[in-house]
Amino acid sequence: MSDWRDEVEALTLKGQIKMPYTWSVGETGSRFLVALRDEQKILANRCPLCGTVYVPPRKNCGTCFADIGTDDWLEVGPEGVVTAFTIIHQAHPLQPLATPFAYAIIQLDGADVGFVHILKDGWDRLKNGVRVRAKFGIERNGRILDIDGFEILT
Amino acid sequence: MARRVAIIGTGQTHHRSQRRDVNGREMIHEAVQRALADCELTMRDIDAVVIGNMDHFEAINSVDTWSVEGSGGVMKPIMKVTTGGTTGTSVAIAAYYHVASGMFDKVLAIGWEKNSESDTTGAIVTCSDPIWDRYSYSGAIPSLATEASAYMEKYGATQRDAARVALRERTHAQNNPYAHMHGRPLTLDEILDSPMLAYPIKLGDICPRTDGAAAVVFAAEDVAEKLAPRPAWIKATAVRHTYSWFGDVDQRTGLESLERAAREAYAAAGIKNPAEDFDVAELYLPYSYAGLKWIESLGFCGPGQGPQFIWDGHTDMGGKIPVNPSGGVMSTNCIGATALLRVAEAAIQVMGKGGARQVPDVKTALATGFGGCWWSDVVILGKEKPA
Ligand SMILES: [Zn+2]
Repeated sequence: MSDWRDEVEALTLKGQIKMPYTWSVGETGSRFLVALRDEQKILANRCPLCGTVYVPPRKNCGTCFADIGTDDWLEVGPEGVVTAFTIIHQAHPLQPLATPFAYAIIQLDGADVGFVHILKDGWDRLKNGVRVRAKFGIERNGRILDIDGFEILT
Repeated sequence: MARRVAIIGTGQTHHRSQRRDVNGREMIHEAVQRALADCELTMRDIDAVVIGNMDHFEAINSVDTWSVEGSGGVMKPIMKVTTGGTTGTSVAIAAYYHVASGMFDKVLAIGWEKNSESDTTGAIVTCSDPIWDRYSYSGAIPSLATEASAYMEKYGATQRDAARVALRERTHAQNNPYAHMHGRPLTLDEILDSPMLAYPIKLGDICPRTDGAAAVVFAAEDVAEKLAPRPAWIKATAVRHTYSWFGDVDQRTGLESLERAAREAYAAAGIKNPAEDFDVAELYLPYSYAGLKWIESLGFCGPGQGPQFIWDGHTDMGGKIPVNPSGGVMSTNCIGATALLRVAEAAIQVMGKGGARQVPDVKTALATGFGGCWWSDVVILGKEKPA
């Protein structure tokens, strides 16, 4: 007895969903992005209860669940220290750059949490603890990539 | 007061990179039929279903409804639970809650994924915040790689140490006929020579993409003892989700969510010295470096001692605490099913049904789930009915 399943051509069908979205940044995040765009400044804010300085700033502290007030703002960076990194070798269309490039977690001066961003070059000097500085893009549109990347100092 | 609950049956597909012979619903059905057969029940006996998979991986939204024909959920209480990588432990823990609450006696938990149906990186970046993290820090491998680089620098761990973890997983998978990597062993040199994806992670250090499904039957105490000769009792569960901002996680410390979840679950289950008290562990280790660092977070050894613990063979079959007799996540990764497979495999060990991958005389077993932005779940199973 032959089994039709041994003969049948198992098909796959192609499809794609490409959906445009419009995400609300909110007032708190917008203030941060506007400062990046218009003043080339990196703003942060401080939880009034635990004192954690958040960058990007938050409307409330997730840990304390406390509202962060309008006066609890400060400027951090533009320099900081790399606390962890990876160098990307495998290309993907979603990545912001062609490979190789680096993603790093950067502790900006004055902040208590890490800031995730990219480094475009200087691999031979990249290690944890190295000091870096934000380099702003020439064309800025109010996005996190208005910082073009971080450059290794010295 | 919560009722005592046990796992009485498990089922899983033979996991593969692509299952063209079945669609997702049919693949789910395969795992469910195997789980029901394992505890000699029919779908009629099941009171409720909890199902989960990864958002966006198959672009099917109402999976709870879409899958009823395959899951057995027609005209039954069914809900979808999806929490990223921890989805599998979430469906298990939700099924446990269902039974422990006293409202349902027999509940089926299902996890599944057709990883072959989409671009895993494209789908997985939708877990990252679109304004803050998605375009400056995208993908699963890069975030794991930053953890690895920080761990290596702090403790002097090497790519060779990580490869030893990968070797263990792949070697164990050869004992598991269901594993995606069954029949495909690797040597230490082959792992070390594999292409670099995101420093320090090589192809041999990371989990595959798998099509597969898993199903587990949870039963209330009086029912469980009648239906299963040796049920796997739930001794404790714990869930700890920390942040959603990738920068908020300090990679220079242990995996905090896992440390906290383990602490709570160990206290509830009376675990004092995990490396001695557990007979086996099925850990959600999506990449090799997790096998060095996260066993420290689980208290198997002290901070920085992971590499030595691994090289000493303590986590191999026959070791002090065999880790992932199934071959683990690095040998099978149908993501929505992955953490449920950890629970199922831990239950299989307690029930003594592991065949070639069975660890002798398992009394207490640990299972974990990992996902999203450094979240952790812990499930502890035991042979003895909890007090
Ligand atoms: Zn706070």
